[in-house]
Amino acid sequence: MKHQKEVIYGLYDDEEILLRAVKKAQADHIEIMDVFTPFPVHGLDKAMGLEESRLHIAGFAYGLTGTLTAFLFMTWVFTRDWPIIFGGKPYWSVPSFIPITFEVTVLFAAIGMVVSFFTVCGMAPGRVNPTLDDRITDDKFCIAFNAAGAEEEERDRLRSFLSGTGASEVNMKTI
Amino acid sequence: MSVVVSPIREPLIEGGKTYHQITEDICSPTEKAPNLAWMIAFGLSSAFLGLYIFTVAWTIWFGIGTWNLNRTIGWGWDITNFVWWVGIGHAGTLISAILLLFRQRWRTGVNRAAEAMTIFAVMCAGQFPLIHMGRLWLGIFIFPYPNTRGPLWVNFNSPLLWDVFAISTYLTVSLLFWYSGLVPDFATLRDRSQGLRRKIYNAVSFGWTGSAKHWQRFESLALILAGLSTPLVLSVHTIVSFDFATSVIPGWHTTIFPPYFVAGAIFSGFAMVQTLMLIARKVLKLEEYITLQHIDSMNKVILVTGTIVGVAYLTELFISWYSGYIYEQYAFYNRVLGPYWWSYVGMMACNVLSPQVFWSRKIRRSIWWTFVMSIFVNIGMWFERFVIIATTLARDYIPSSWSYYVPTWVEIGIFLGTLGLFFTLFLTFTRVAPVVAVAEVKAILKAGGDQYVGPNAKPHHHHGHDEVSTEAHH
Repeated sequence: MKHQKEVIYGLYDDEEILLRAVKKAQADHIEIMDVFTPFPVHGLDKAMGLEESRLHIAGFAYGLTGTLTAFLFMTWVFTRDWPIIFGGKPYWSVPSFIPITFEVTVLFAAIGMVVSFFTVCGMAPGRVNPTLDDRITDDKFCIAFNAAGAEEEERDRLRSFLSGTGASEVNMKTI
Repeated sequence: MSVVVSPIREPLIEGGKTYHQITEDICSPTEKAPNLAWMIAFGLSSAFLGLYIFTVAWTIWFGIGTWNLNRTIGWGWDITNFVWWVGIGHAGTLISAILLLFRQRWRTGVNRAAEAMTIFAVMCAGQFPLIHMGRLWLGIFIFPYPNTRGPLWVNFNSPLLWDVFAISTYLTVSLLFWYSGLVPDFATLRDRSQGLRRKIYNAVSFGWTGSAKHWQRFESLALILAGLSTPLVLSVHTIVSFDFATSVIPGWHTTIFPPYFVAGAIFSGFAMVQTLMLIARKVLKLEEYITLQHIDSMNKVILVTGTIVGVAYLTELFISWYSGYIYEQYAFYNRVLGPYWWSYVGMMACNVLSPQVFWSRKIRRSIWWTFVMSIFVNIGMWFERFVIIATTLARDYIPSSWSYYVPTWVEIGIFLGTLGLFFTLFLTFTRVAPVVAVAEVKAILKAGGDQYVGPNAKPHHHHGHDEVSTEAHH
């Protein structure tokens, strides 16, 4: 909450009305600050023109790190650090490294992705992020405009856009 | 949600719910004082949890000499329970991961509770190899950490070590998957509450706001965690079966074990989901979210996996005869007709014969039949693990070392105790978190609500919906 800003927002009762409003805002070149919904609304990211999440690329990188860590570590232990013959097999018995390599790959990818997800979303245990309305996690769909430094005329235009596209409530809040 | 819903598809959410009613129905049980049924169940589970603590303490204090394991039968109830609990856990991951990839919408009614079940079941399972070590405080030796003994590393070629990695990864990934799914629902609970309760739910919801970008990442995360969990869950029981299959004991050394263990795991897991959900939907009044349609679907899974397991039992018998190897043949002769014949009969009756009643749609949709059957399957799968472990070990290569095994009160106490641990954790979970995934159910409302699909659908709703979904698609 370093920079407080004024936000004009409208609450919609249904995701279909919200989607239409978002598309209209895009067509009218009104810049949306953010949209808040109680559940993932399909097609919303495309309507808002959001880029695809790159989380899966990060996930691949974490997984690969896991693969290499496990495989190279086992290789080092059994060929360099302390070679032991088990059951007459070669020191570097690759097939029996597969299960652990796989498990560590999954472990690294999962932990890495979850930590990245919370970090890039600005979320952490105990973090208080400002919200506009308590009903957004229940049954209201919200479009928010940044009204910081906007003229009264511009603010009225945003308000009338929200009510004109079917918002059931239009408010302003400083967050 | 861009959807094409077949008109013959049955609704998954009944009662013409609105978004707000969904929040209300699912969240309110966590906000009210628990009812009498919950209190009784919690009291009973806690008593068994007490038994668990007592018997485990007894084992650690006096050593595993208090169990009836002997030189011939080195694995008894402990490893039976371990495999049984791990197997039960598998249904949760199957529902949350594999059914997500297959886009099965009915998963949303049961996935949250099933994932919780997975975590608690794996926690119960993990106890057994640890206390079986006898000297629990040396349990750290199973991890490859730099030590002053060389360093002497663990044996990465051992299936028992693979198991350590599989089970710990499975527990961690399930926990992450479950918790990341809970975060938006914790935010819903937060926004409904005041004071201290609000502070607590804010802390556990990590400051979730519901921003569109966050939801986009959330869905990406869920999809990839599902993609990772799917091979993971298959690998876990495969590796558990390697504990047996890579040994050279007749009756264990078979290549059929991995697929047959995985099918059995899904089978027993779904049975446990049924047991829990039938009680939970009644006690928490969630009948409109966990409908007969859900129960029917899960019973179909039980029927299919039960039949796969049955085919595996018969294949084992055939292959042992066909192998022409007398030790293998004798191991299976013993399994069916040896001193533990009663456990084989129990296994066959509960796992193979009894699920066949689910060919009847009427029985699949009967609460009582389903409940009784779910208990049968749980018992049958416990017998299966016991059959594999005890009958095989009891008669090995040298007749002079043949033996018989009955558990002591300590071993029975630990098993009943883990049931106490499991149910105590599950009942606590129903008090602090939404048992049904609130946001996910809302997301399928227009594809699964009975005002939109099914015989009672209102046509104008449907029309408005179709229009938008086509738009959203382009």
